[in-house]
Amino acid sequence: MDKPTRLDLLRRRSLLMGGLAAAGGTAICTSGALGQQQAAHGSHAAQTGAGASAPMSSMGHGAMMTVGDVDSTANGFDPTEMLTDWETGTVSTLPDGRTLRTFEMTAEDRDIEIAPGISFPAWTYNGRVPGPALRAKEGERLRIVFRNYASHPHSIHFHGIHAARMDGVPGAGMVDPGEEFVYEFDAKPFGCHLYHCHAMPLRRHLHKGMYGAFVIDPDPKRHPDHADVARSRLLGTPENAGWQEMVMVMNAFDTNFDAENEVYAVNTVAHAFMKKPIKIARGKPVRIYLVNVIEFDPINSFHLHANFFDYYDQGTTLTPTLRTVDLITQCQAQRGILEFTFAEHEPGLYMFHPHQTEFTELGWVGMFDVVEALA
Amino acid sequence: MNEMLPRTAIRAARTNLVWLALPLLAFGIAVAWILSTDPLVGFRNGAPPIENLTFERTVLDDSGLRLLVRAGGSEPMSVAQVQVDDAYWQFTQDPPGPIARGKAAWLNLPFPWMLGEAHAVKVLTNTGATFAHDIAVAVPTPQATPGQLRLQAVVGIIVGILPVAVGLMFYPVLRSVGREGMAFLLSLTIGLLGFLFVDASAEALELAGEAAAIFQGPVMVVLGGLSSFLLLMAVGRRNGAPAGLALSTYIALGIGLHNLGEGLAIGAAFAAGSAGLGTFLVLGFALHNVTEGIGIAAPILKKRPTLWSFVGLTLLAGGPAVIGMWLGSLATSAQWSALALAVGAGAILQVIVEVGAYLMRQSERGRDVFLTPPVLAGLASGAAFMYVTAALVKI
Repeated sequence: MDKPTRLDLLRRRSLLMGGLAAAGGTAICTSGALGQQQAAHGSHAAQTGAGASAPMSSMGHGAMMTVGDVDSTANGFDPTEMLTDWETGTVSTLPDGRTLRTFEMTAEDRDIEIAPGISFPAWTYNGRVPGPALRAKEGERLRIVFRNYASHPHSIHFHGIHAARMDGVPGAGMVDPGEEFVYEFDAKPFGCHLYHCHAMPLRRHLHKGMYGAFVIDPDPKRHPDHADVARSRLLGTPENAGWQEMVMVMNAFDTNFDAENEVYAVNTVAHAFMKKPIKIARGKPVRIYLVNVIEFDPINSFHLHANFFDYYDQGTTLTPTLRTVDLITQCQAQRGILEFTFAEHEPGLYMFHPHQTEFTELGWVGMFDVVEALA
Repeated sequence: MNEMLPRTAIRAARTNLVWLALPLLAFGIAVAWILSTDPLVGFRNGAPPIENLTFERTVLDDSGLRLLVRAGGSEPMSVAQVQVDDAYWQFTQDPPGPIARGKAAWLNLPFPWMLGEAHAVKVLTNTGATFAHDIAVAVPTPQATPGQLRLQAVVGIIVGILPVAVGLMFYPVLRSVGREGMAFLLSLTIGLLGFLFVDASAEALELAGEAAAIFQGPVMVVLGGLSSFLLLMAVGRRNGAPAGLALSTYIALGIGLHNLGEGLAIGAAFAAGSAGLGTFLVLGFALHNVTEGIGIAAPILKKRPTLWSFVGLTLLAGGPAVIGMWLGSLATSAQWSALALAVGAGAILQVIVEVGAYLMRQSERGRDVFLTPPVLAGLASGAAFMYVTAALVKI
């Protein structure tokens, strides 16, 4: 009893061996799983590179950005070019001597890339979102020839002064697919306005991309008290050439149609002006025609870093409606003119964005690159 | 005559081959016709492809956030952008490019996650469709370091091996029970196994619901459970109905497979930060599992197994909890946990059948034994004990 018999020893040994074999099996299973884990880790470390050695600290704001670039060539429009791409139409003289300005507009269905890799089934004016930035002079006769090549009825509803039958609402200037309509009215009042489709359901027609800026420059002859200001606003004058003007349409896209926007931007493309800052010549004053057309969110805003600006709500006055502010808010379809200068700033990158941080972090943010002189 | 027979046989075999080839050939021709003429073109209505994305694993570590996503669309899917908490973040995809149906890829984000807080991830595809994933509580994902493995092994030992060993230590006391006591213990075993069967099946189906559609979770669970049940029945019955140490071994195996699945689930929940393995919770699991040892001991009360048999039974029943913890926290996805639990449920069903058969053979009353007071009491107390102790660990 005290001394283990040979048989006992044998049995114990075989049990031990069995146990070892079982343990070995376990080890194989586990190391298989660990191997996978290590492989995944290895590739991850290789990808992040230096990031792995400096955890978290390397994850600054720089990484909070969309990945890749939008193909502007395939889109057919470039957010930077759209800043200064004014559509002035064709000009002729009416028998009574007034100027007639004619714009050709179409409606087209089109898939556009609104953020890198994300396509959106847009409805467009002239194949672009926002539509062309129309620009005319106060008092001109405007004629807009609108042809609908799209799959749904559309219209152009101008924010301006015109007859009821030119309003672009159901029963007045609504255009079925394949049809045409000519809107005609006088350019008034001067200011920074917009146009958009007014077919029903309105919300869907707007957020699908049917909107654009509509700027009427003041006629200096009609505003003798502020003729110099009016001249600086009038496209084509030497005074106007002393300004850097740009048009920014604040828009957003609900890519999954759940009545919430996934992508915010100015001039459609998320982060476009973060990846390619807008060049500003330091000595030249800046004028921005800013239009808000976002759907679903009731307001949008514009905040300029390290600087203040004068604001002309709706642009219908020649003296600022707000002076020395660095933030303005706009509800849907609200718009206005911002004027500021970097003349006394040192060159560098100055950020601008809405102060709704959610919009900022979802793509609506950009940089002014203030330089001594434009190349 | 002798020469004729093989020849007819060969001819018959050839004819059979032709008949076998014919339907396959017909199907091949049908496929070729469908692919070449595309008769379904009329159904194409311009709708975007159906997209589906399942989040299988989330890893949070010093380099940020990593997500394993599996595509289940009608066509390969392209991940265009990733949002965390309503902000776009740069990411890399491994492997890059469109993700084919059923394939998985890692999305790596240098996101500075915040310890103990919640984060919402949203993946946007090239069509603008979105897929959301919530990180309920951000905690560092366990890494396969020796320290972490040891820690998890300790937890596995406490919830798996310790209670079985404690249960088996009742063996000397239980040996003295009479016939009725024996019937009580065996039916207690059936009761607790019945609880485990229901629990494992429900949990397997729940996890199956989280898995990608391509795995057909619920069907996979039922088939996995049935297969393991039938396989173990066949193996167990090859030399007649199991009894004694063999039956105990099957009970230990069934409980072991269940503990493997349980370990996977606990490990995965631990890794996801959705379950804090507090001391109280771990002790609850241990108490919950004590009856398993008593159940394993029941069929061998009248035998004299060696000490090593007890060690073997303990490791077989409790050890898989350790392996499950390791795999669950380091490498598993919902579908594999579901499958492991389903296989465990099948194994438990086999043991329920065999212990029931053993109980009937022990008494001379056949099926009527299930209506005797000790058996009814055993069934009820087994299930009740498990139910009450489970209340300690269900969150």
